[in-house]
Amino acid sequence: MNYEALVQHLMFGVTLGCLYGLVAIGYTMVYGVLRLINFAHGDLLMVSAYIAFFGIAMFHLPWPVSFAGSVVLTGLLGILIDRGAYKPLRTSPRISALITAIGLSFLLENLALVIIGGRPKSFPMPSPFDGVFVARGIHVPYLSLWVIGITGVLLVIVLLIVHRTRVGMAMRALSRDVETVRLMGVDADRVISFTFVLGSALAAAGGMMWCMKYPALEPFMGVIPGLKAFVAAVLGGIGNVAGAALGGLLLGLAEILIVAIKPEWSGYRDAIAFGVLIAILLTRPTGILGEELPE
Amino acid sequence: MLRILSLVVVMCLALAAPSWAAEPIPIGALLPMTGVVAAYGQMGWSGVKVAQSMEPEALGRKVELKLVDTKSDKVEAANAVSRLIEKEKVAAILGEMISGNTIAASDAAERSQIPVVSPTATNPIVTQGKKYIFRVCFIDPDQGRIAAKLAKDELKAKSAGLIYDISQDYCVALAAFFKKEFTQAGGTIVAETKFKSGDRDFTPQLSSIKSANPDIIYAPIYYTEAALIAKQARDMGLNAPILAGDGVQAPELIQLGGKAVEGVYFTAHFHKDMISTERGKKFAAIYEKDTGKALDAFSAMGADAYFVILDAIKRAGSSDPKKIREALVATKDFDGVTGKISMQPDGNPIKAMVINKVKDGQFVYVTTITP
Repeated sequence: MNYEALVQHLMFGVTLGCLYGLVAIGYTMVYGVLRLINFAHGDLLMVSAYIAFFGIAMFHLPWPVSFAGSVVLTGLLGILIDRGAYKPLRTSPRISALITAIGLSFLLENLALVIIGGRPKSFPMPSPFDGVFVARGIHVPYLSLWVIGITGVLLVIVLLIVHRTRVGMAMRALSRDVETVRLMGVDADRVISFTFVLGSALAAAGGMMWCMKYPALEPFMGVIPGLKAFVAAVLGGIGNVAGAALGGLLLGLAEILIVAIKPEWSGYRDAIAFGVLIAILLTRPTGILGEELPE
Repeated sequence: MLRILSLVVVMCLALAAPSWAAEPIPIGALLPMTGVVAAYGQMGWSGVKVAQSMEPEALGRKVELKLVDTKSDKVEAANAVSRLIEKEKVAAILGEMISGNTIAASDAAERSQIPVVSPTATNPIVTQGKKYIFRVCFIDPDQGRIAAKLAKDELKAKSAGLIYDISQDYCVALAAFFKKEFTQAGGTIVAETKFKSGDRDFTPQLSSIKSANPDIIYAPIYYTEAALIAKQARDMGLNAPILAGDGVQAPELIQLGGKAVEGVYFTAHFHKDMISTERGKKFAAIYEKDTGKALDAFSAMGADAYFVILDAIKRAGSSDPKKIREALVATKDFDGVTGKISMQPDGNPIKAMVINKVKDGQFVYVTTITP
């Protein structure tokens, strides 16, 4: 592999990794606060993509309006899911909430299937994201730059919220001990709602970039990125925001580079990527940046 | 308790009563209406419905279609076929559209001796060693051979890069047949890359094809992946012509692929500009009137599967699955929508092949190749 090819692969790997990372941050935040793996998270990505799609294609809104609307509506859907499905189960065994999350995931997928149908739709690419420039033999789609840039900015914002604001402090506290936080006079439900809004909005941002990069919208489009993002979150240390981004980046790079180095292994891409995951978790069970929490 | 029981008995009798009159003939439609190849199922179903409205009866009895969705999944397809046989008691089954699902469904049908006619499952294994499984399309060894010839003679290719889906029987087999024929004709395969259904990022595979610099890319895959692959290839400056199989002839290819799929060549079952039979002309006219859309390949193939089953029932003079099977094998010079159909003893017909091309956002007919 020559220098140009390597840079090209790195660029594609980082782009894919950023997309995984963005979705993984939402996963990890909800887990950090509730100890709940929100399996419906990937499907929120699908919902956000459809909202943006219908905004542009059916209501002929300008894309910034449609995208913003999609982020807001997906955030609201996040609260709705929490209030409707998870909150009543707050004191039930953890497994009940987990099964509910899986159920919600199927519900969203099949709802989309019934309402919209199973045939893939093309996502209309807004012009600022469209196009490619070539520099020294390396083809860089503008979209890749957007993806990397937006992910970076959102990661910084989330880190600032978590570590520099009062609500962020409450979130971190909740991840330690819910009861004690309640005793301190913090409205835990509001903090949890806020976490869901933020996580869902990140899924929405990821969803729209995902469907611009891979413009085939279908009801099950959230399953694979959702799964990969979950893996990324575990890899980075679930509950840790920076870890999720790092895990996503590593997973994206691993997937791309494995096929790039050994094209004949391209059929085993996921097997190898997940093999890497197992190896890392065997040596570091809490993930790369994860810390052990007292039970 | 007794009263309720007697009420139930009376109701059962009342429900059963019409069946003493001319009972409809139930035919199963086993189609992927949702999932990764939903476009084939939905196109096929629209063709079958129009075909049924054109010829709704056999032996003075109405044909009743029982649609089940396979969700484009092998396990679902196997379950769905059992449901058709055991619950719906179908006389024959139309479907599935893709090879992997037809293979998965065929065991149960073969065991229960219910004839299956697939519109477009092209993998040779579909009918191999099976008495009750038929199709109305050509098979992949022929498709691979014609594609290799097209690559060598028309596109003047000396080298080819392969990309295909390892989780689909159709893609794996067609890639292998093309590889064999192309190398035998003196060409070389310079890159062979694979992916899995559901993958969305093909950039590393395409980069390795790009560095091998082939004259053409052969992509025997389904429409969604084909569109995304074309897009990602063009974005990274990989501009070799793309040659594909019958699986790409869905409107989604052009909707998702846009400018990137311009110039894609492919071997196919049908194009409406090649209609030669009376039934084909009549069907195309009714189809366009009913649906407001131009007749596409998968609708036409679905209709042909329906017409072939109906013709077999008429010639069998009975809705007994075993007699239908005997009549199906004897199908000879049947005037289908997509051309003449003569069934061979192995369940495969002799069919002409069409070469199509994407031009100005349309599927354009190039030529017909008769075997």
